Order: sequence, then C-alpha cells, then structure tokens
Amino acid sequence: MKNTSSAQTARRFAGYSRNRLISMGVMVVIFIILAILPVVAPDSYWVTRISEYMRYGILAIGWVLFSGPTGYMSLATAAFYGLGFYMAAILNGPLPFAVVVILSGIVGFIVAAAIGALTLRLRGVYFCIFTFAVVLLLNQVVLEVERLTTGTRGRFVQQESVHVAYWAILIVFILTVVVTMFIRRSRYGLALQSIGEYEEAAAHSGINVVRTKVVIFATGAIFMAMAGAIMATRRSYIDPGIAFSMETSFLPVLMAMFGGMGNLVGPVLGAVGFTALRDYLVTAYPDAFMLIFGVVLIIAILFMPNGILGVAQQLWRFIRRRTGGSPKTPLEKGGRRAPA
Amino acid sequence: MAAVDIIITGVLLGGLFALVSVGFSLQYGVGRVLNVSHGEFIMIGAFITFWLFSSHGLNPLISIVVTAPLTIVLGWALHATLFRRLMDKAPSVDIFEGQSMLASFGLLYIVQNIARIIWGSQTYNLTFLQRTVGGSLLIPLNRLVAFGVIVVIGAILFWFLAATRLGKAIRASGQDPTTAGLMGVDIHGVLAICFGIGLGLAGIAGTLMSTVLAISTSMGLQYTVVAMIVVVLGGLGSISGAVIGGVILGIVSQLVTYFEPTMSFIAYYIIFIILLLARPKGIMGK
Repeated sequence: MKNTSSAQTARRFAGYSRNRLISMGVMVVIFIILAILPVVAPDSYWVTRISEYMRYGILAIGWVLFSGPTGYMSLATAAFYGLGFYMAAILNGPLPFAVVVILSGIVGFIVAAAIGALTLRLRGVYFCIFTFAVVLLLNQVVLEVERLTTGTRGRFVQQESVHVAYWAILIVFILTVVVTMFIRRSRYGLALQSIGEYEEAAAHSGINVVRTKVVIFATGAIFMAMAGAIMATRRSYIDPGIAFSMETSFLPVLMAMFGGMGNLVGPVLGAVGFTALRDYLVTAYPDAFMLIFGVVLIIAILFMPNGILGVAQQLWRFIRRRTGGSPKTPLEKGGRRAPA
Repeated sequence: MAAVDIIITGVLLGGLFALVSVGFSLQYGVGRVLNVSHGEFIMIGAFITFWLFSSHGLNPLISIVVTAPLTIVLGWALHATLFRRLMDKAPSVDIFEGQSMLASFGLLYIVQNIARIIWGSQTYNLTFLQRTVGGSLLIPLNRLVAFGVIVVIGAILFWFLAATRLGKAIRASGQDPTTAGLMGVDIHGVLAICFGIGLGLAGIAGTLMSTVLAISTSMGLQYTVVAMIVVVLGGLGSISGAVIGGVILGIVSQLVTYFEPTMSFIAYYIIFIILLLARPKGIMGK
C-alpha cells in the first residue's frame, strides 16, 4: 500500500517539468525571505508596506481564481473584505485572533455561496451589476443595524501588533497562492475554465455548472474575508464606509488586469505595482491623487489590455522574431481569456 | 389621503429616476458600455446649474440649454476617443463590456475628483419654486415642474428615436450592430451620438435634480445604482422598461420613506433580489 502511493508520488513529480520545479523553488525561497523579514529588518515601515502589498495580492488572486477563467466580473470583493472587518471588530478580544481569522473565512465562504447561488445562474452582466450593488447594500444594512442596536456609526477594533498582522497576512497569502494553484490544476479548475470557454458545452459534458461556479466563487471569498479580518486589526476604528468601500472591489480587478491573468505572478505584480503607485501618489499629490489614479487606470486599460505580462510577451516575441527564433508564444497557443 | 400623496410624489420622483435610467439604458443597450460614471454626469449637470443660478441668477430651467449640449458633446467626445478605441481592440463583446466598465470607473474617479477640487465636499441647496399647489394635496411645485420638463424631454426623445433617420439608425445598431453597419449605418458615429444622448439625459436629470434635492459632489454613485436597479427591473436595454421601472421604484421609494425614512435604499435591493429570482429578464425584457 505504502509502496504504491510513494511510487505514485514519484511519478507525479516526474510529471512536473523542470521549469515548474524551478518556479516552485523560487516561490518557496520568496516565502521564506518574506517570513524572516520582520526578524532581520524589524523596521515597521517595510513590514507595514509589504503587508499592504500582500493584502492586495490576496484580493487580486482571490478575484482571479473565479473571474479569470469564467469571465464573470465580480465586484463583490469589498463585501467579503468588509465582512472580515466586522468579524474582527466584534469577535477579536473575546476570541483569539487566529480563531477570528478562521471564522471570518468560514463566514465569507457562506455569504459568497449564498450570493453565488442567487446570481450565478444568470448572465454575466447581471452578476456584475448584482455584485456591484451588494457591496452598497451591505454598507446600508450594517449602518442601519448599528444605528438601531448601538446608536453609533462605527466600532473600535482590538489591535494586533504590526508583526502579528504581518505574519498572519503572510500565512493567508501563502495559503491563497497554494490553494489557487491546486484548484487551477484540479478537476474543478479545468471545469471552471471550460465553463468560461463555452458554458453550454461544459454543461453537456457533465459538469455541474452552477455548483462549480458557486464553490470556486466562495473559495475566493474565504481569502478576501480573512485578509479583511487581519487588516482590520491594524486600524483602531472602522465604519461601514471604510469596510465596504467601492475601491476595494475595483482595485483587485484593475490590479489583475494590469498584471495579466495568465498565471499567478501577474496579479501579484499588479498588486505591488498599483499599491506602490498609490502610495507614491498619496504622498506626492495628496489633493489630486485620486484624479491622477483615474487617469492612470484609463491609460492602463487603453494601452495594456493584456497587462504587464502581455507587454512582456509582446516584447519577447519581437526579440525572438528579430533573432529568428520560433514565433510561437504561450499567448498565441491560446492563453486564458481576459475577463468580461 | 396618504395613499394618494405617496403615489403622486412617487410618480414625480419616478420621473427623475426614469430620466436617469433611460440614459443609462441607451448606453448599455446600444453601446454595450455599462457606464458606472453615469451618476457623476448627473452631479456635473446639477453643479453647473447651481453655479449658474448662484453666481449669475440664471433660472435653473433655462440652464438646461447649457447643461444638455455640454454633456452631449462630452459624451460624444468620450465615446469617440476612449470607448471606440476599446471597442476596436477588444476581441469579443464580453471583453469590451468588462474593459469599458473599468474605464468608466476610471472616469468616475476623474470627474468626481475634479468636481471635489472645484466645489468641495459640502452639501448645497438651491431654492427654486418652493411652494405647494393642488389645494389639500400639497404637491411641491418644483417637483411638478421638473416632472413636466421630463415629460417634454421624453416626448422629444421618443419622437427622435421613432421617426428620425438617426433615431432609427440608433435602434438598428442596438438590435444588431453588424447588420446595421452592412445596411450603411456609420456605426462608430451612431454609437458616439447615442452615448452623448445618454450623458445628455444625465446632465438634464442633474439640472432638474438640483431644483428638488440637495446636491453634493459625492451624490453620483447612488443614482448610478438606482439606474442599474431600474434598468434590471425594466429589462436591460429596453427604454419603455426603464420608464416603467423608474416610476415603480419612485413609488416604492416614497412608500418606504413614508414609514421608515432610512430604509428606502434597502428596499430597492429587496425588490432587485426578488426580481432577479422571479424574472431576471425584467418587466419588458424579451
């Protein structure tokens, strides 16, 4: 019994190409560097900044997990992220921090499954409108509930230290990357991709279309809610406007598009790039930064529809053609569709 | 008496919602642009009206002559530069829908922040025709006048779409852009004009809104959401559906406000959710 399973494992590893093993190795090294960073450089500036990058990395990957292959544009990221905020505000203190984060993930999954079950039977654009509206709905409902029960607008959150939050967000980040990688290669991931290519054909080949969509949509929400619960402990005060901000829904989409969605490097690159740009604009032009940001968004959509990786691939193809190499690139062989 | 009151004020408010939503519906139904920044142009219309009124004493109804052409040209220019480019480069309609929505989100940022730099973030009120008519019914005159203007605008729009050559070209492009193009319709020009008309309706709605409601630079998004709900309620891309949906939402809004003033927004969503479950194609959808 034991022998066969180890033989299977060996065969499975042999199945991985060398490139894949190298990229996995690089990933592990990056994770280890990130993990020991606060010990080596306890300066809280970089720790805070990198946890900010990882937060948007989580949101962007969580978004790409579902919306990348299917092309269903979800704008509900802020809903799950904000739920995490409120979980932390209510439960952190009475319950240990780790339990709060895990519970947030569970609640995120349940709420996302409910939203998905309501809307994922419908055409893409209805889904987009509904998810857009659900964030504003939660904002209103929470405001109303707070008004009726506590009579106040916001809440105070029991804080965690910079380093605890950093390691927590790192763990969730690693979890997000690993789970997303596995899902993309699993039967579910392939099913999801075939749904994105041609939904009816996928249904006819025996895929339970609605269940697949709902489960993966809800899985993405787990990470978003966890990220919310962790980042809430870095603030002392939250209110519905902060928790359910439209920006949190749109930024991950833009980051994923900006970085490219063919693999997981793209969304993370996009997250780091956009967050860094935003930090720079906030400090350099505090009055006009949203304005400049909007201009940058439009320019990015106009001139880089396939993201940074798309530009890099085009450049690579150009160089290869010049040097007389093969013109086939992954993009031409049929890359993943950009979301609709 | 309360019931009659609610229905009258509801229809008057519903007229405004309908005007906002017809513009939104034209942009999506014909041009496939889910314009998240639609509400921002309502805000621009409202603030230009307010500015003309407070600094030059211009009658708000006359300022339609300024806001409508301005927003129409703005919409035409936006489509001719930004959305046309996206449309030509996108490999499929789905991708274009996604990218144009994100681009319009960028527009939302730009327009809202320019307005905030100019006018700040406080709330303004424009006092115009603040008395009531109708004897014991107490109908606010400014709302009645706004409704009258909406009916006139609606009639003009209906005539334009039904009878003129350009209107027919717009409707044809909404049904099937490729075939319309083959029949000799200049599809790029028509879509740009159509987008301009959509924004023009938003601008007019803004002007009228400034005469009846308080305005602020962050008011846009809530009307975008109202437009989205109304358009889903009536059927995506259906203009008559947008009118009916707008009036229904107006009445519901007044009904809920009568009992629980802060809950109207929540009530919209409940209708929205029920509708999505029961009839996702909307009232007038095919």
